[in-house]
Amino acid sequence: MASTTHTHPNYMGIFWVLLVLTVVEVGITFLGLPKMVMGSLLVGLAIWKAALVAMYFMHLKFEPKTLAMIALVPFVLCVFLILMLLPDIGPA
Amino acid sequence: MSEAAAAHHVVEPAESPLTPESWGKLGMWNFLAGDAMSFGGLIVGYGILRYSSSNWPVPSAVLGINLTALMTFLLIVSSVTMVKALAAIQSGDKPAFRKFMALTILGGATFLGLQAYEWTHLINHTLPEHKLSFSSHLFATTFFVLTGFHGLHVTGGVIYNSVVLALVNSGRWGANHVEIAGLYWHFVDLVWILIFTFIYLL
Repeated sequence: MASTTHTHPNYMGIFWVLLVLTVVEVGITFLGLPKMVMGSLLVGLAIWKAALVAMYFMHLKFEPKTLAMIALVPFVLCVFLILMLLPDIGPA
Repeated sequence: MSEAAAAHHVVEPAESPLTPESWGKLGMWNFLAGDAMSFGGLIVGYGILRYSSSNWPVPSAVLGINLTALMTFLLIVSSVTMVKALAAIQSGDKPAFRKFMALTILGGATFLGLQAYEWTHLINHTLPEHKLSFSSHLFATTFFVLTGFHGLHVTGGVIYNSVVLALVNSGRWGANHVEIAGLYWHFVDLVWILIFTFIYLL
């Protein structure tokens, strides 16, 4: 963790991956795919991009597990939130 | 090394896996976890309102995807300049730090300018044309609450980064402060990636 010892990840490589994934995301919306397929692809790509930012730009990959646990808490809670609210979702 | 110092040195790692300079990072991560729940609540609320509605418009038919794709690109670039600024100050290169930090701030400010342009255009032209003004549809309300909450975070980040640039430049703050500010800035980028997908593309 000491800032003097760890070598920096390939930031430019991550940048290009994020850029390509963003272009792919926008491209997918023009394909006219079935709603479920398009939704799953877009959500998957968004989580992939968010994970890249957290792992490399926010250095989670190189930090003690404690910080990763903290970062995971809101995601777990959001999944619970969605599951608890599922009965309320749908045309009124 | 005195005996007391030696004993202290032995005890500390057993008490905590975190090093002293990482306490600030721990604090920022705790804040970001709570902040993520705020965004999570808003996005889940948006999803419930949208899928409970029978006449929710397709966002990409109303909102300008090209402009917001450019805004996404801007925030990703400013995240890269932020990590470059951190790398520069960690190796003691202050001129490079100043350059990359200034670019990061500029990226955030440009993002805000584009968002102001987008909002103005939506409020004055697009939303009335689609009969989606505040008073007629929740689409506008959810859109402005979510992007506005994020825009406030970007505003806070631009101010925060400016303070970091000034205090590190004058030598009062060090690389650790830049890293902590970086965590906040990347989080704002991360949230925009999610908002871009959930609000604009889906």
